[in-house]
Amino acid sequence: MKIRALAAIGAASALLLTACASGATAAPATQAAAPQTLTVLAAASLTETFNALGKQFETDHPGVSVKFNYAGSSDLAQQIVNGAPADVFAAASDATMKTVTDANLTAAKPVTFAKNVLQIATPPGNPKEIATFADLAEPDVKVVVCAPQVPCGAAEQKIEKATGTALKPVSQESDVKSVLSKVETGDADAGLVYVTDVNSAGDKVQGVNFPEASQASTNYPIAVLKNAPAGDLANQFLTTVTGEQGLKALEQAGFAKP
Amino acid sequence: MTTTRQPVTRRGVGLPRVLWVPAALAFAIIALPVVGLVLKANWARMPELLVSDSALDALRLSLETAAISTALCIVLGGPLAAVLARGNPPALPILRSVVLLPLVLPPVVGGLALLYLVGRSGFVGKALDLWFGLTVPFTTAAVVLAQTFVALPFLVVSLEGALRTAGQRYEAVAATLGASPTLAFRRITVPLVLPGLASGTVLAFARCLGEFGATTAFAGSLQGTTRTLPLLVYLERETDVDAAVALSLVLVVVAVAVIAVTRPRGSEGLS
Repeated sequence: MKIRALAAIGAASALLLTACASGATAAPATQAAAPQTLTVLAAASLTETFNALGKQFETDHPGVSVKFNYAGSSDLAQQIVNGAPADVFAAASDATMKTVTDANLTAAKPVTFAKNVLQIATPPGNPKEIATFADLAEPDVKVVVCAPQVPCGAAEQKIEKATGTALKPVSQESDVKSVLSKVETGDADAGLVYVTDVNSAGDKVQGVNFPEASQASTNYPIAVLKNAPAGDLANQFLTTVTGEQGLKALEQAGFAKP
Repeated sequence: MTTTRQPVTRRGVGLPRVLWVPAALAFAIIALPVVGLVLKANWARMPELLVSDSALDALRLSLETAAISTALCIVLGGPLAAVLARGNPPALPILRSVVLLPLVLPPVVGGLALLYLVGRSGFVGKALDLWFGLTVPFTTAAVVLAQTFVALPFLVVSLEGALRTAGQRYEAVAATLGASPTLAFRRITVPLVLPGLASGTVLAFARCLGEFGATTAFAGSLQGTTRTLPLLVYLERETDVDAAVALSLVLVVVAVAVIAVTRPRGSEGLS
């Protein structure tokens, strides 16, 4: 038994090693083969919109391939500060962009290209009949929010302060998609997420608008990074995002104009 | 079990020199990241970071839940190991593969699985909610359940190995002398496999303490209730890298302490 377990562990670590090795070689290989690669680091909430814009950009610029890395903005900012090679950074808050500008790593001043507001997400049918922000404070409502350390949580705290309604969340998640998933599974009666998250979740959740949301809208800044490997392509992509085409795509996803 | 193997692994037998190079590399892969963590630490802010409310709550919650989960692993996993080793259960290979699942699965998958079992939409969760008005996710019980799920195989595998190596000679003798199976199990089997049980317990406790994926997917994250140290490290990393590093070092210290305290008796099976 012991030996078999050891063998299993050995096999597992061998697998791990190959996984690491292929991961390490994949990145430089693609870069060497196609010098016309544009690397965009973008906040997770931009996934659907930027994928569409990227496809359009590739069609308009033959031979160019756009590579996206979507994650929490603070994570991406940390990656950039720690030397991740990238051309463009689109963040979900001014604070996370500031991490990068403070490190002097943007080529020019960031531009705000969209705004997002919070919305209440409930399971389909809204079983607890939530209609207002104050309803979230009802004792029998299990509400999940973002932790104050991340942008969606900071926005939520701002609304709590503005309305004087103190929520007692059952969980403060570390990113907005985790909040959404707890509503999707029906374990939370309500969650505070961005309008765009409710849009992208389709009929798995139901959105409830509340007027106080506008008091804590989040800016989405974008910037070309210093020493961008793709050079001018990065500027062209930024123009696409801030231009007519980008505006339309962003609006479709539920973002507000900057 | 290990005492019989000891002479073979003595260095005097002659270890091929060439093994030292990959061995050193392997050691470096484990040790150097910890060095990186220590070098990154902001020692001036350390005291303030470690006695913050959130850090103390997380440390307390981590130790408490890990202790309860480890106890559950012993109480439930011990008998499971005994049945697997000596009970001749049907379909043993299949049973054993199932027991190993949490060891191989990414913990976040385990968390999702638990959520779809005892969450509101799961069939057990639905019944609990309907009959008793109980909901498991977002409670400390969910953290314990997640930790027990991921840690059980560590205890079961170590203990089953120990039971098989120990054999049943003494129990057979005891039986001929009139001891009941219960008496023989309590007075002979348990003392015989204590080292295996100890090493399994250490492994399980360590695994509980480090649990992240299943907890975050299943239990949520709330200070004092479900936010254990690993979850707090993950969250602090967003805004305060110094705090994340300080808390990581706490986990390193606890891990080192666990190994140091238990090593002489418990973990010789691991070395």
